Amino acid sequence: MSSAAYYVPNQSRWPILASISLFLMAVGAGNLINALSADVPVGAWGWLLAVGALLLLSILFAWFRNVINESMSGLYNEQMDRSYRWGMSWFIFSEVMFFAAFFGTLFYIRNLAVPWLGGEGEKGVSHMLWEGFQAQWPLMSTPDMQTFPGPQQVIDPWHLPLINTILLVSSSFTVTLAHKALKVGERSRIVLWLAITVLLGSGFLVFQAYEYLEAYHELGLTLHAGVYGATFFILTGFHGLHVTLGSLMLIIIWLRVLRGHFDADNHFGFEAVTWYWHFVDVVWVGLFLFVYIL
Amino acid sequence: MDTTLSQTVGTTDHGHGPAKGLGRWFFTTNHKDIGTLYLWFSLLMFLTGGCMALMIRAELFQPGLQLVRPEFFNQMTTMHGLIMVFGAVMPAFVGLANWMVPMMVGAPDMALPRMNNWSFWILPFAFSLMLSTLFMEGGGPNFGWTFYAPLSTTYAPPSVTFFIFAVHMMGVSSIMGAINIIATILNLRAPGMTMMKLPLFVWTWLITAFLLIAVMPVLAGVVTMMLMDIHFGTSFFNAAGGGDPVLFQHVFWFFGHPEVYIMILPAFGIVSEIIPTFARKRLFGYASMVYATSSIALLSFLVWAHHMFAVGMPLAGELFFMFATMLIAVPTGVKVFNWVATMYHGSMTFETPMLFALSFVVLFTIGGFSGLMLAIAPADFQYHDTYFVVAHFHYVLVPGAIFSIMAGAYYWLPKWTGHMYNESLGKAHFWLSFVGVNITFFPMHFLGLAGMPRRIPDYALQFADFNAVASTGAFIFGLSQLLFVYNIISCIRGGERATDQVWEGSHGLEWTLPSPVPYHTFSQPPVIK
Repeated sequence: MSSAAYYVPNQSRWPILASISLFLMAVGAGNLINALSADVPVGAWGWLLAVGALLLLSILFAWFRNVINESMSGLYNEQMDRSYRWGMSWFIFSEVMFFAAFFGTLFYIRNLAVPWLGGEGEKGVSHMLWEGFQAQWPLMSTPDMQTFPGPQQVIDPWHLPLINTILLVSSSFTVTLAHKALKVGERSRIVLWLAITVLLGSGFLVFQAYEYLEAYHELGLTLHAGVYGATFFILTGFHGLHVTLGSLMLIIIWLRVLRGHFDADNHFGFEAVTWYWHFVDVVWVGLFLFVYIL
Repeated sequence: MDTTLSQTVGTTDHGHGPAKGLGRWFFTTNHKDIGTLYLWFSLLMFLTGGCMALMIRAELFQPGLQLVRPEFFNQMTTMHGLIMVFGAVMPAFVGLANWMVPMMVGAPDMALPRMNNWSFWILPFAFSLMLSTLFMEGGGPNFGWTFYAPLSTTYAPPSVTFFIFAVHMMGVSSIMGAINIIATILNLRAPGMTMMKLPLFVWTWLITAFLLIAVMPVLAGVVTMMLMDIHFGTSFFNAAGGGDPVLFQHVFWFFGHPEVYIMILPAFGIVSEIIPTFARKRLFGYASMVYATSSIALLSFLVWAHHMFAVGMPLAGELFFMFATMLIAVPTGVKVFNWVATMYHGSMTFETPMLFALSFVVLFTIGGFSGLMLAIAPADFQYHDTYFVVAHFHYVLVPGAIFSIMAGAYYWLPKWTGHMYNESLGKAHFWLSFVGVNITFFPMHFLGLAGMPRRIPDYALQFADFNAVASTGAFIFGLSQLLFVYNIISCIRGGERATDQVWEGSHGLEWTLPSPVPYHTFSQPPVIK
């Protein structure tokens, strides 16, 4: 941290290229999904999506490399560091609100919509739609079992989900140990604790994948299985995507530590990843409680 | 604001001006360039959405189907709303924030300049994607800008997939823009610029940015659930699988209500800058303005279901949302009172920005009062989905948000370009707009109270006269915007030289800078005592 003035970067090609790749992804994904739904040949749309995504990844790589180089060459002062801190905090807040939308959906469905559909309360008139429907949660039999055949069984929280809880919660501790090691400058310990964190995260993802396979093949718990399956998969699915992203971020800072980046006072890139990882962990605790146990 | 400046550095040690050619606009990291891009983009979208509105009004000039097919009419109402909300009003405010916030707080630029460029350049792509749906098989989105399920899921045209991705892209853009604005305000204030010395435009934008970050992800969530329902067999909004179409409305309006404040709080900020300048008095009740804006923002999270009184909620819900909504009148009343009190005993002059700001105060208040009428749940059963609602939200959005943007544009144009705009042309633009807007939207109150439903291409004969009046007004308003465009362009190209202070009564950091402002400002922060 040396520069006195706030660093204002010169022109950059990355943002507009990133916009173009987002556009390619949207056009590719939109046409791909529409073709799949309409049961017509998908053509090259999948490739367009893939090209857009690869382009975006390489642009982000180049963009972050710029930022890292600027930081390493001492162009950033403390004020810049605070800008990144505010940026990351508010980004995580936006992620919290994204999950809040799905948690809100779960609570509304579970505590209001399904009971009303089953004839409870002031809005019980909707009972007239499907007369034999019984409200229950998890929703094993949906109002229209032809279109949305409910699941035969739901996931038992005390097996895989419990293991996954243990994995993720302990990974929050190991990443903190890595951070502590960074603050005292013991690089071998940073490398070790980060590696363990990545392994715990990956283990979580493997078990999650296994759980999805089991849900689809043995329990009849699918996206089509009525609203229980819908809320289950949207919450755990987006969480899984965030764990994947978090693991990638952890791998990147692990590689950076191996290359000798970061020191005891200047390591916000590292800290941002730990913040994100803790956030992902907290969301999981919410999921374990409200999706699996209760 | 009565801050004295010990040092006002206008020039720069950055040493270089804008890059040459188109690359300047594609790759720029300069907040002024990006502000300009946002403003031109929003003007383009305003004219596009305006043409759609004129198509709607032309069809409604007489009862019966004259010009367009009903399917196309539905696409026009949908696209008009989406473009005006996400393409015209929001980017215009972000453009003004980009230009003014760094200059008002004494910052060298926005906190994260490259991300700032990304926030903008996503928008043209997102809107190309959205407008392209009009040319797709089955037509564009036709379910209204609120895209209620199941109209937007089970019964939607295939182009809805692209609509969803376009909304995702706009959301990414808004969230990044908002993060940038918050980081700039919280972190890049010049030494001595304490929070309670911030100009109100900055304050209102800080709160708006908070609202954006809180609710744009919820919008992303709701369109994602739509996508899942349409293509991946889920049943979030389908009662046959245990879901609920009303859930869509809850999640949508949890985004949608704060969204309407996103479109009005920066307007409050602009008006709070302009009125003190032309009344030549300090703003009355600065602190109460800050607290009122914050309370409006907090309350905006607790009132969403007043858009859904007629959908069938439990009585407790109807009552809660009715009273919570009425509560918003209190902080809003504080603001209107403060604007009026600022003008009391002021030495007022009536340049174009002031005319727009004054008519904002009056006409926005009319929109606020019709909002109070709509807040009364039992009365809303009558008004719901009628032209009364259309009249209400157009009063708060057109002579509200849009007038404030025009006021801001006239107010700051001399600072941006170094030239005064043509005052008589500006006044002509104002009066034609003022008259046009009222002729367009005032009769809609009567139409709504008489029972004319919104979003229909044809109507019963008894509504014919007021519709003809409204359509006439719409064309007056629409065409008079050409004066605005002409005035802006000629102001950029030349005109009387503007002084640094531009207006006799203006105060604040931005007016200490030269006109036109240099490409880089406050590379060294000024010190504010």
